[in-house]
Amino acid sequence: MNAEVPKIQDYAVIGNGRSAALVSNRGAIDWLCWPRFDSAAIFAAILDPKIGGHWSIRPAQESKTSRRYIDNTNVLETEFVTASGKIVMTDFMPVTSEEKKRKLLWPEHELVRQIRCEEGEVEVIVDFSPRLDYGRAAPKIKNNGQLGWKIDIGACVFVLRSEIELVRHADNLAAKIALKHGATISFSFSYSAEAPAVIPSLGDSITEKLNLTIDWWRNWAAQSKYRGPYERQVTRSALVLKLLAYAPSGAIVAALTTSLPESPGRDWNWDYRFAWLRDAAFTVHALYGIGYEDDAKAFIDWLLHATRLTRPELRTLYDVFGEDPMSERELPHLNGFAGSRPVRIGNAASDQVQLDVYGEVVEAVSHSFGENEKLDREMQKMLRQCAEFVSKHWREPDNGMWEYREKRRPYTHSRLMCWVALDRILQMAGRGQLRKIDMKKCEAERERIREQIEREGWNMKLETYVQASDSEEVDANLLLLAYHGFAEASSPRMQQTHARIREKLLPRPGLVYRNERSLDLREGAFALCSFWEVDFLARSSRLDEAREFFDAALGFANDVDLFAEEIDPQTGDALGNFPQAFTHLGVINAALSLRDAEARAANLDRQSSL
Amino acid sequence: MNWGSWLLWGFAGTVVLTSILAGSQGIGLTRMNIPYMLGTIFTPDRDRAKFIGFFFHFVNGLAFSFIYVAAFHAIGRSTWWFGALIGLVHAIFVLTVALSILPALHPRMANEQRGPTVVKQLEPPGFLGLHYGIRTPISVLVAHAVFGAILGAFYVIK
Repeated sequence: MNAEVPKIQDYAVIGNGRSAALVSNRGAIDWLCWPRFDSAAIFAAILDPKIGGHWSIRPAQESKTSRRYIDNTNVLETEFVTASGKIVMTDFMPVTSEEKKRKLLWPEHELVRQIRCEEGEVEVIVDFSPRLDYGRAAPKIKNNGQLGWKIDIGACVFVLRSEIELVRHADNLAAKIALKHGATISFSFSYSAEAPAVIPSLGDSITEKLNLTIDWWRNWAAQSKYRGPYERQVTRSALVLKLLAYAPSGAIVAALTTSLPESPGRDWNWDYRFAWLRDAAFTVHALYGIGYEDDAKAFIDWLLHATRLTRPELRTLYDVFGEDPMSERELPHLNGFAGSRPVRIGNAASDQVQLDVYGEVVEAVSHSFGENEKLDREMQKMLRQCAEFVSKHWREPDNGMWEYREKRRPYTHSRLMCWVALDRILQMAGRGQLRKIDMKKCEAERERIREQIEREGWNMKLETYVQASDSEEVDANLLLLAYHGFAEASSPRMQQTHARIREKLLPRPGLVYRNERSLDLREGAFALCSFWEVDFLARSSRLDEAREFFDAALGFANDVDLFAEEIDPQTGDALGNFPQAFTHLGVINAALSLRDAEARAANLDRQSSL
Repeated sequence: MNWGSWLLWGFAGTVVLTSILAGSQGIGLTRMNIPYMLGTIFTPDRDRAKFIGFFFHFVNGLAFSFIYVAAFHAIGRSTWWFGALIGLVHAIFVLTVALSILPALHPRMANEQRGPTVVKQLEPPGFLGLHYGIRTPISVLVAHAVFGAILGAFYVIK
């Protein structure tokens, strides 16, 4: 077995499009929030192994572990090999199509664990220790006889069903059983908010659910139109994004967890279980790029709906139904991951000013509507509001895309995204999709932003674009000047900036810090920035370097191709919340850029050989 | 039954109710747009849905006002406060029952058990319509109370 306390990369994720759980490579479910991503956790051992609550199933003996997702699914298989035999544990949340669901009576949420012994005989230990409200209280677990074990919490009920006898200890249920070759046991843990609760059946029903779940995920994965380099990782990233999407509204949350530290032992612990507008353009670009139009359109619908109450101002983040996230507060009873206090729930970044979100939203809308597609009045109204707001406020300082909580500054990236907002609005207006836009005013403001970036965002002495007009430092997000079409990647200014970024921000091959401040703060390399670097190299036609860097960056994913927010340059350990949408969007978008760049290069080769 | 009075004040009440709800949306109290919700039963086109829904909303307004009028006749008088009281009961019914069963009846509305399949659909209103903004119940209660008060104050029992 591995060390006692799992690292972040030791986790894999399962889910059902409305909630998700983290499963460690020791066989423990250490994170589960029901019914929503931002609900209180019933298993939170990842934030405090002693009191957070967990559901562990593992061999009694020392074992070697390996795991994988069943191909093109979010069904996880963990294999434990001991001196006496081998068991395989399958973890999943049942999913199927809405049509099939109408014929099946399933609980609102269910998590299934099935263990089969494939060789010899293995003694298995089960420890079911749920804790309410992020470990604040141990629930009363009632024995319902043949109907399993039940936890009543107000109007909600959790039900655990087991094919083996469980014994109640103080606050948990436990069992120890020897499994012989060919034996299979199953468990089902479910949640219902409506009475009477659905009591899930075991036995053949589990096999049926497993088959339906595998079919659903494979059918979804098969809809991908992506054919190109790193197809396996792109598919896995798409499957992760699907687990981060909240299907009833179309929102995509930034990560499934709260307070996994960006720097262990420090207080950079934030709740990421909300949807950030900052991710909008990357999300739509990635989903359209690989062929998930329904998911992209659902996300755009969520954008329109979520921002309805705050327009013309846009908030930094919203919950899955477009409300403000709960106000940020600390959970002092939890020790935090690896002792990283405090554990926070809610997110105060919702009160920050981030001017880049206007560009993100407009770019997302612009990307999602074809050139001849009609924009309805509501959408046009939102775009007009964005144009007016950006024209009026782009000169103001903000908190920037990295959400620094101190003084607001004139960030170059924020200016860039204001330029993007006006540029895309003018393009849509030029195509006749958008009416009642003051084109002259927008064109003039767009030009002023460009002049401002070229004048104040460029440092003559260092010969590089800089993070902010009052700064002499570079930021990896300057690479996005090329991504968003503000400047050609091959332009002298971009090449000089890129050289500076490589000089200052690359701690080792495959990793990029987000900016020079990261070095001072000893934070990890920001995983997304690695994929911006790949994108930039591809746009610069440096294809071999792009592939080399891509390979190195992907080498920092865990054993099932999952990424957190950051990577420790010294140890290669994952840091920050997990799994992270931003990083997986980066993987997909970088692969798309590389594929397109390689296709362009091949075309040029063909033309020159003719 | 005073048909003319019912049609006139039922229509007027619906105009005011619709205006209060639209005003609530405009000033950021709620995202709920009843004509849009009704119209998307018939079409996914956002602009056409609002137009069609607006028409059906008025038909609904008249239909509901008939029930209010029937209640006035049942007790033999119509007053603003009795109308407002019926309006509050009506609003509570809408918030607790009608909105919660709407996802089951509406062909383009998701329910909270939906997933992982996503299609471009309307978000479910949730308990008391809270998914459309935490002040949604206030708007609905006020709008229906005013609707009832108008009917109660101006409907003339014959």
